[in-house]
Amino acid sequence: MLARRIIPCLDVKNGRNVRGVRFSADKDAGDPIALARRYDAEGADELVFYDITASAEKRDIVGKLVRRVSEEVFIPFTVGGGVRTYQDIRIIIEGGAEKASINSAAVHTPEIITQGAESFGSQAIVGSIDAIRRPNSNQIEDVRWEVVINGGRTYTGRDALEWAEELVDRGAGELVLNSIDADGTKDGYDIELNRMVAERVDVPIVASGGAGGPEDMYAVLSEGKASAALAASIFHYNQYSIAEVKTYLAERGVPVRPKIEIDLT
Amino acid sequence: MIAIVNYGMGNLRSVQKAFEHVGAKAVIVDRPEDIDAADRVVLPGVGAFGDAMSNLKTARLITPIVRAISEGRPFLGICLGLQLMFAESEEMGQHRGLDILPGKVKRFPEGQRVPQIGWNEVRIQREIALLEGVPDGSYFYFVHSFFVASERDEDVVGVTDYGIDYVSIAGNDRAFGVQFHPEKSQDAGLKILKNFAEKV
Repeated sequence: MLARRIIPCLDVKNGRNVRGVRFSADKDAGDPIALARRYDAEGADELVFYDITASAEKRDIVGKLVRRVSEEVFIPFTVGGGVRTYQDIRIIIEGGAEKASINSAAVHTPEIITQGAESFGSQAIVGSIDAIRRPNSNQIEDVRWEVVINGGRTYTGRDALEWAEELVDRGAGELVLNSIDADGTKDGYDIELNRMVAERVDVPIVASGGAGGPEDMYAVLSEGKASAALAASIFHYNQYSIAEVKTYLAERGVPVRPKIEIDLT
Repeated sequence: MIAIVNYGMGNLRSVQKAFEHVGAKAVIVDRPEDIDAADRVVLPGVGAFGDAMSNLKTARLITPIVRAISEGRPFLGICLGLQLMFAESEEMGQHRGLDILPGKVKRFPEGQRVPQIGWNEVRIQREIALLEGVPDGSYFYFVHSFFVASERDEDVVGVTDYGIDYVSIAGNDRAFGVQFHPEKSQDAGLKILKNFAEKV
């Protein structure tokens, strides 16, 4: 049976971890490769590198990071953050990443999704949506979700559910739903958002934003119908290990990939 | 020498790096003579079946691949590479494959999210050198919308459940294919590549 995935997200800038946490005396806390290896060893099913480099050398820096990761970590990984052009996607995929994640650029130029899917296959193109709750009427439970871009600063007027459908029609093979309301709160994912989109499209949904602990992951992977749960701070700051999360999920009947020991010598 | 066949179907760098990681030298090749010169041949690939066959044909790679297999040189198909080993595919029209194994490539039935993306379990049906030290029920990373339906039971080496039970490892003698990506399946996948380089 297909396992639900637990995905740590690493924020990187200029080839370094943005949140540099000391995790071992002899390791460089700022090195994303060291952190990626730690997550890999703990049983992460996949990794997301979110690159916030904003310099002219961004493309070279990302290319170098991708090549280094693919030489040392043998699980799938996705790269996102400022992916705008065909050339950006190409550097990520040809460097050895499985997927490129596209957010704001898809809103400005939706053809980038189509072009990416045609060149590299749908499985390589992730549509990333930042969504925020908006009242739909004066009824408190009547909400809709609006797509926001540029890190939540710009409202687009687009309905997130319709946008999700369009991204999939254009060829996105997976969607990441990042709830701006939940992001950073540790109060749990936006379950309703995930469920609504999961019921509307056939591609896997990765829930993002709001993870405070294993119970939040359980909720979004069961009730929220997400295929994967992404989290950053709870893993970075050692609040929970990936193994603890997986044990919690397995005890409640969620299929997860168990850790097995294999002798590679 | 292990030859990784490059025919314009997806990124091969990860496969090469994974072999390097387990101490095996693998080179990416795209000429018929390079396949003829190889001790072991790996056919990876991601993308459409029809495009893959037409790329192999244009690059004159079909004959050297079939020759390597018939001469008993170890062969490993990965993902689309496994599907290409079969006789035909129904992916966007009917296409002929390399016809090394009898059977068909089919699309997953309705009711499951397609493509299947993620880690799934392989139930081993038959002990082979490729799987030495790989526990039954190990998880591997899959990304695919089509699966192989083998005509011969003896070609079925591993089975996986995605709504239906389908063949995730197939082959015989020294030619095998895996539906998952061993180069992205952590230690279980690396073990398979190591076995391929050393034991098959």
